[in-house]
Amino acid sequence: MANYSTNEFKAGLKVMLDGDPCSIVENELVKPGKGQAFNRVKLRNLMTGRVGEKTFKSGDSLEGADVMDLEMEYLYNDGDMWHFMKTDGSFEQYAVEKKALGDTIKWLKEQVPYIITLWNDKAISVTPPNFIELEVVETDPGLKGDTAQGGSKPATLSSGAVVRVPLFINQGEVLKIDTRSGEYVSRA
Amino acid sequence: MVIDWQPSASIETLRERARLMASVRAFFAQRDVLEVETPALGQGGSTEVHLVSLHTLARTDKGQRRLWLQTSPEFHMKRLLAAGSGAIFQLAKSYRDGEVGSRHNIEFTMLEWYRPQFTLEKLIDETATLVMTLLPSFPGPVVHYRYRELFHTYLAVDPFTTSLEKLRDVAAERAKMPAHALADEGRDTCLDLLMSVVIEPQLGQYELSVVTDYPTSQAALARRHQDADGEWVASRFELYLNGIELANGYDELTDAAEQRARFSEDNAERRRLGLPEVDIDERLLAALEHGMPAGAGVALGIDRLIQLALGKARLDDVLAFATPNC
Repeated sequence: MANYSTNEFKAGLKVMLDGDPCSIVENELVKPGKGQAFNRVKLRNLMTGRVGEKTFKSGDSLEGADVMDLEMEYLYNDGDMWHFMKTDGSFEQYAVEKKALGDTIKWLKEQVPYIITLWNDKAISVTPPNFIELEVVETDPGLKGDTAQGGSKPATLSSGAVVRVPLFINQGEVLKIDTRSGEYVSRA
Repeated sequence: MVIDWQPSASIETLRERARLMASVRAFFAQRDVLEVETPALGQGGSTEVHLVSLHTLARTDKGQRRLWLQTSPEFHMKRLLAAGSGAIFQLAKSYRDGEVGSRHNIEFTMLEWYRPQFTLEKLIDETATLVMTLLPSFPGPVVHYRYRELFHTYLAVDPFTTSLEKLRDVAAERAKMPAHALADEGRDTCLDLLMSVVIEPQLGQYELSVVTDYPTSQAALARRHQDADGEWVASRFELYLNGIELANGYDELTDAAEQRARFSEDNAERRRLGLPEVDIDERLLAALEHGMPAGAGVALGIDRLIQLALGKARLDDVLAFATPNC
């Protein structure tokens, strides 16, 4: 991979830091009037998801990371690995480990497209769509007429996630959920 | 591909900018400080080791010559002072290569002014008054700090006496750099880094912070004097507001021989670091030789002050066309 110098650092650039692929979040030039220039850089470690700050001497460089985001549909789980297929018509499949799946494991639904991040052609993270429609498989019976009142109850969805839903929701209904906050949005 | 041709600043902001520029001119007109315009191109450039000058080849009366885009209007303005101009100010386009960020732009506007016979204290007062004139809400009291005191308060190190090894460790740790990252760096780089990463963000919060008594190695074009502790320090100040460095002022060096020595030291350091040397401004040295009146001068990043006055997040927001869009 090519090397990138601090002046080429911009949000979204993928680089290697301490052996892990990282995505640059922010790059700020720090330079006292006549002093030496430094760059304060915020990076997201793509393996752990954690964001950290580092300082580099201006002109220093980092090796680029062979990282790609691809859209893939979820297919099935064989008990060990989770299988996805590219949506570009190539039918190419990737097997994803539980570790790479992270929290997305509770938002899995067949035939829904996810963003799979590949590093050296290996899946390291899976991002669900912002909104997903899932069926309620278990919740207390809905309260008739209670559509305006506040109050909520837990509901288990077909993907395994448990979310707070309004009291009027019944088992078997399909709901629209915001995967970023894990919150109920509306009936689908 | 969509080409982004739109201005970086809104037209409304540019109107506000013009209004603030007019108040700057009114401020100096009222004080009988003459507005001047000096060239952006010069036959000499700044030798400062960490400033990267842009230069160009021009066909002149002497044939093809390398001309330097000025990193500030300082040298030309000092030649005017030596010629007897008296107090002068300028809103000058200045150029520093590679400086792009939320507080930097390669081409920027410097408000620079010189006050013959002024002491540094008197110029600090005038600078603070100007800043308050331009800000819509009063930024608070003017609070003075000594460089040394700030390092004691925020870092428990002494910029003059703490060992270089210790400074490197503290700077690498506080800036989140690998332990060995500063192994080749000198005191000033460590101090600069600590100043920008740790101290600067704390300064100018609900006040105008003035910092004085810098190490002599950071004197640039300032005189030196002994401080209250008997330490030799640079007769220089910086002004901070909202954690942003706004202005840098000097009790101006007028000694031609001393100035030549500092230029040569800069170029020697440039050779050591493998950086290109910069042509020394012989005309400035000749002017100092002739005699420049003693006094104080200050350079203020007017784009940054406008940014603060208008409450904008980035320098780009107050520039018609910032570097990424120029």
